Amino acid sequence: MNRQTTIIPESESSLPSLKTVDGALQWLGSVDHKQIGIMYLVLALFFFLIGGIEALLMRTQLAQSGLNILSPETYNQFFTMHGTTMVFLVLMPGIIGLGTYFLPMMIGANEMAFPRLNALSFWVTFFGGFLLYFSFAAGGAPAMGWFSYAPLSEANYSSTPGASYYALALLLTGIGSVGAALNFVVTTLRYRAPGMGMRDLPLFVWMVFVNAFIILGALPPLNAALSMLLIDRLMDAHFFMPASGGSAMLWQHVFWTFGHPEVYITILPAFGIMSEVIPVFSRKPIFGYAFVAASTVAIALLSFGVWAHHMFATGMGNTVNSFFGAASMLIGIPTGIKVINWVGTMWGGSIRLTTAMLFCIAFLVDFTIGGLTGIAFAIVPIDWMVTDSYFVVAHIHYVFLGGSIFGVFAGIYYWFPKMSGRLLSEKWGKLMFWLFVIGFNLTFFVQHFLGLMGMPRRVFTYPDLPGFGTLNLISTAGAFMMAIAVLVFLWNLWITLKKQPDAGEDPWDAWTLEWATSSPPKPKSFTRIPPVRSRRPLWDLKHPENPDYKDSQQPEESS
Amino acid sequence: MICYLNSYYLFFSGSATPGADALDTLFIYYLIAAVFVFLSVVGFITYILFKYRNRNKEGEPPQVYGSTKVEVSLTLLATALVGFFFYLTLITMFKTNKPAGEHSPDLVITGHQWWWEARYPQSEVTTANEIHVPVGKRILLRFKSADVIHSWWVPDFGQKMDVIPGKTNHLWLQVEKPGLYLGACSEFCGAQHAWMRIRVIAQPPEEFRRWNRQQAKPAVSIALGNSLAALGKRLFSQKTCGNCHAIKGTKNSGSVGPDLTHLASRQTLLTGKMANTPENLNRWINDPQKVKAGAHMPRFIFDQKQVNALVSYLETLK
Repeated sequence: MNRQTTIIPESESSLPSLKTVDGALQWLGSVDHKQIGIMYLVLALFFFLIGGIEALLMRTQLAQSGLNILSPETYNQFFTMHGTTMVFLVLMPGIIGLGTYFLPMMIGANEMAFPRLNALSFWVTFFGGFLLYFSFAAGGAPAMGWFSYAPLSEANYSSTPGASYYALALLLTGIGSVGAALNFVVTTLRYRAPGMGMRDLPLFVWMVFVNAFIILGALPPLNAALSMLLIDRLMDAHFFMPASGGSAMLWQHVFWTFGHPEVYITILPAFGIMSEVIPVFSRKPIFGYAFVAASTVAIALLSFGVWAHHMFATGMGNTVNSFFGAASMLIGIPTGIKVINWVGTMWGGSIRLTTAMLFCIAFLVDFTIGGLTGIAFAIVPIDWMVTDSYFVVAHIHYVFLGGSIFGVFAGIYYWFPKMSGRLLSEKWGKLMFWLFVIGFNLTFFVQHFLGLMGMPRRVFTYPDLPGFGTLNLISTAGAFMMAIAVLVFLWNLWITLKKQPDAGEDPWDAWTLEWATSSPPKPKSFTRIPPVRSRRPLWDLKHPENPDYKDSQQPEESS
Repeated sequence: MICYLNSYYLFFSGSATPGADALDTLFIYYLIAAVFVFLSVVGFITYILFKYRNRNKEGEPPQVYGSTKVEVSLTLLATALVGFFFYLTLITMFKTNKPAGEHSPDLVITGHQWWWEARYPQSEVTTANEIHVPVGKRILLRFKSADVIHSWWVPDFGQKMDVIPGKTNHLWLQVEKPGLYLGACSEFCGAQHAWMRIRVIAQPPEEFRRWNRQQAKPAVSIALGNSLAALGKRLFSQKTCGNCHAIKGTKNSGSVGPDLTHLASRQTLLTGKMANTPENLNRWINDPQKVKAGAHMPRFIFDQKQVNALVSYLETLK
């Protein structure tokens, strides 16, 4: 603990109550990583509901050919806002929130390295989100898609202020993400418990740590692109206006330099959650720690060399396509290694099918589908056939929803007792799980076929061609099933928060440091920290007869 | 793999071009590999869930930390699979996607918000939305954009190609079977992206030549006399329709909107949105925003007689 110099005095009283003005103000002004983590998660849940409602309205419009429930203009605003919301206001705050809460706790730290920066990051993200939504009141939301291709996003073609709000809002959330990433890096490097080397980090911490470097590399190009777009729109420059000497391709290159790493930014923490939850509910350590950790670094490095696979249909030529095709296929290998390791962890275990574990299993199945269709996009000629069709819509949802969001749900069910002191109902949890996972697969699996049959993405309606109506109707029915699942989830949260704390310190009999303190933890999480002599300090405490640090089987035992 | 849009077959329906055939074959190879990988993962998980499910057993299972042998061998297997598909990618890509070189295009397609302009440089024919091509001949398509990014996608032809302002793209096309091929713009391009459909009509060479000769002629100048159509013709010029639309053989030569010289010979209106009937044309001219919201055609406040006159004039443009 001598490395830890706490700037902010940590009180030992419990979390402030929202029922009093004083307590509410303490939340607003808080620099405590646990409170900020919870606020991130509440923000993500709020926007998850908003983005979900937008999705439901879109699916309703698409239930049959030629419906007029949404006007073309409204539909285009909704799909733009849905994508932007889910990526920047749900996935990002969701994973950053879990990281903000649990990264310090899992390394035995009482606070993030820069508590005030932490609060700044959150509030900048918060106001960025509401600035984006203010565009509805300011003349129209952005309507050019979440990747905002120029010149459609330029003032000539998007005359409402929506695209400017998009750029300003994402600049803000981008600054927030960079702040959070800096905090993760420094906290991991400087505030680990005595005895915890870099090779003893819990894998969730490791992935958030590696991920922070991707954020630091990827967000600045986005911010540069957004600034150029704003200068174009507001000051009549022409970075992206081909008619006056700019380049439409430039936007695509700069945007995807951010955009593809962004996919890994949202999935790596979910990989981290998988690597914590699966071992605990299989009652075994992670299979191949070193391989999981190293493949994360490989993904991080490769993620910066694959951006142009979003542009195979732009006519870049076979040579360029070959390079990016090869790089994109390579990234499938470290990702495949991870799936192998999770399955290997379950093998020979003693599996407890909690809701958290069920979400991990659904992740394994559905993320494998998303990964395999992802490799299809790296195979350039297949990309030419299916890109910009509903096949892509299916693929991104298998990765973002079947991957990242399933991972976040696994994390929520796993860590909710730590954050609130109360176990979520397993009965309602399992009902929610089945509704959500079946609804998800109904919605998105058929979209692969719609894409193969020729339905382009981002259309507010479609001609009544054979099979289109039926498949779209199935997709819409699945979306409503997911909506019911989310209502069940909210109900579960509500009844759980109403009841008395029942979780205790360590309800899952887990092994990492966050379980070695009260639930919910006091603002000062740890008054004393158990000795850290291996990757599973609490296993060592509970099993003095067979501790990890004495086990010669651990193949890559650290110092 | 991509099926005919105008048939009921989902899979393996055969493709219209040699390029699409090569793409389909690659797709099927990958599909087989992907299904195999997927079933292996699901199979292992199912087996594990049956075999290793905790049924209130006491005590912890043996603690296994990993196996370098398993990791390395499966990594090598994955690498071999990826290498194989990279090889197939290269040969298919270089076989199907030949550069345009010094060839001049047979057909220049320009994407507009929200319609397609098709120009045949050899015969000076310009038409819109319904694109005729000869069967059995290898032709070179050139793509340009008048405004934002669009994308040319006819699933039966395999490869799609983005249509990007400030950049000229090419695609070779050889359609083997006559027929109607449906497609759509697949890059989001604004309000009416959904109604930027594509219709390609592949005709036997002789029929194509006939069509081409007919389209090359100026608008029919039959004696309109004192008819409604004559009034329509006058209105067309007076009301500045010609600032945007061209009708060859008249003074109207705008190029912002579709060329109307042979409008009546087309099957559909508004880029595939509806059938080309006098009633539909009437509705459109009456209030364009009601029929295709966001379209760039302004609403002229015509009375019903004027609309009827314009429609009967346009109906003569065979």
